[in-house]
Amino acid sequence: MAADSRKKSQPARGANKARSPWREQAESYFTHHRKVAEDSARRLWRNPVASLMTWTVMGVALALPVALLLLLTSLQGVSAGWESSARVTAYIELDVPLERARVLSNDIAGDGRVAGVELVDRDQALAEFRASSGLEDALDYLEDNPLPHTLLITPEEGARSTEGVEGLVRFIEGMEGVERVQVDLGWLQRLNAMTDLLARAVWALAILLAAAVVLVIGNTVRLSIESRRDEILVAKLVGGTDSFVRRPFLYTGAWFGLGGGVVALILLQMSLWWLSGPIERLAGLYRSDFSLDGLQFDGALALIIVAMLLGWLGAWVAVKRHLDDMEPGDIAGSG
Amino acid sequence: MIEFRQVTKRYDSDHTALRQVNFGLERGELAFLTGHSGAGKSTLLKLIMVMERPSAGEVVVGGQVLNRLPRRQIPYIRRHIGVVFQNHQLLFDRTVFDNVAMPLEVMGASPRDTGRRVRAALDKVGLLQKEKMNPMQLSGGEQQRVGIARAVVNKPPVLLADEPTGNLDPALSADIMNLFGQFSQVGVTVLIATHDIALINEMGRRTLKLDHGRLVTGGASVIGGGASGR
Repeated sequence: MAADSRKKSQPARGANKARSPWREQAESYFTHHRKVAEDSARRLWRNPVASLMTWTVMGVALALPVALLLLLTSLQGVSAGWESSARVTAYIELDVPLERARVLSNDIAGDGRVAGVELVDRDQALAEFRASSGLEDALDYLEDNPLPHTLLITPEEGARSTEGVEGLVRFIEGMEGVERVQVDLGWLQRLNAMTDLLARAVWALAILLAAAVVLVIGNTVRLSIESRRDEILVAKLVGGTDSFVRRPFLYTGAWFGLGGGVVALILLQMSLWWLSGPIERLAGLYRSDFSLDGLQFDGALALIIVAMLLGWLGAWVAVKRHLDDMEPGDIAGSG
Repeated sequence: MIEFRQVTKRYDSDHTALRQVNFGLERGELAFLTGHSGAGKSTLLKLIMVMERPSAGEVVVGGQVLNRLPRRQIPYIRRHIGVVFQNHQLLFDRTVFDNVAMPLEVMGASPRDTGRRVRAALDKVGLLQKEKMNPMQLSGGEQQRVGIARAVVNKPPVLLADEPTGNLDPALSADIMNLFGQFSQVGVTVLIATHDIALINEMGRRTLKLDHGRLVTGGASVIGGGASGR
């Protein structure tokens, strides 16, 4: 940093110990960073109420999009789970005998994309329908069994994507004796479309709130710059570089970010804890294994790092706008 | 050490603070800068500090032409110039020691080095005992001496002072002037802007007199030509 010529020309006092000058420079550089970081943190502690308010604003602004992202991830997990259980139902033409249906079943089972085939013959189907529908009397009036033989096909793991299932459906539809193939993916596609839309909305919200965080921190740091105006002017007067003068405020921004990230984590954990009971009950009613997962360690770490970066960025905006054009000219007196 | 070549500073169309000022100060020279208020004394000092840039002409400090100095180089020039103000610009949120240490801190000096040099500077101005006090607890003269210690702590080759004795009684003023004299003896170029005619006469040094932005006496001793000498 300081290429101070006079330092070099000093008598060799520093040479009594084996410490190279650049190492001493680096050491004092890091010492200074540590000192500035500690000092900015202490300044925040000294105004606990104001700092806590900023942290809370930041925490709320960060917790909201993160909570929505968590919800979204859980929803996507659910739809993925359902997708894997997608089953294809093939209805055989009414005049096809059971033996022929068995052959079809074996043919389909031989395909690489199919994990298993279950044949439900028409008599069995009628019996089940009679038992579950409560329409026994009505069914008695029918002369013939109106139900066809049915094949319940479970796709292989690899073929469980939307495209894979569609390919499988086309293959089965092309077989002789198959009347109709049904796969209930429509609602799944709708859910996917909805989660996609929700994902975009959440990201848009996240970006807006991140911008808000940057502005809030920027404004707070601006006030802190104003209150330390004298110090800044003197530092510039005695030859402080722009980065020297900026440093404490950038650290302040990062500390605001750290506090905001921690508050966001606390808010998230609290709301998860509060919601976990009702969610379990709701998921139980739908016989779903849906659960709202909190942040893991790496997620929490990422949140805090992002928060610190946002704080730093906010401070940078304030510093760029208010600090760089602060010149000591106006304190040099009149005359 | 300091050289002004045909320097003009115009703030806007109708206000010209300095007109074609020519002068040079040698290494170790002590000079006074005087003139009525508004004559351009502060502007002249600001040009040396690169707080202002000249409208025309060249300002040279330590062999470096300041006109074309890029903005990011300005701090490194200021580290070679100590400044003392009438209102001394001390910070009341820290001790005397920390105030004096500021120029070393911005240079990235090691704590060991800082301690040694700050105490040397405080010793020089006779305030070694008060390093742990807040400047607010000090008298006006002591505060001014802290300001001087801060200005010289990194041994700058140039020392500027803007009305350094403005608020002080004659005995204290003489003390302070004495200090400046000692610095010039060890090779520091000292330029003191002041109204205090009695003090100037007493010291009997070179005097640069400004009148409505023109240098009327004491100009050009380095460049040669023009009115020279006192």
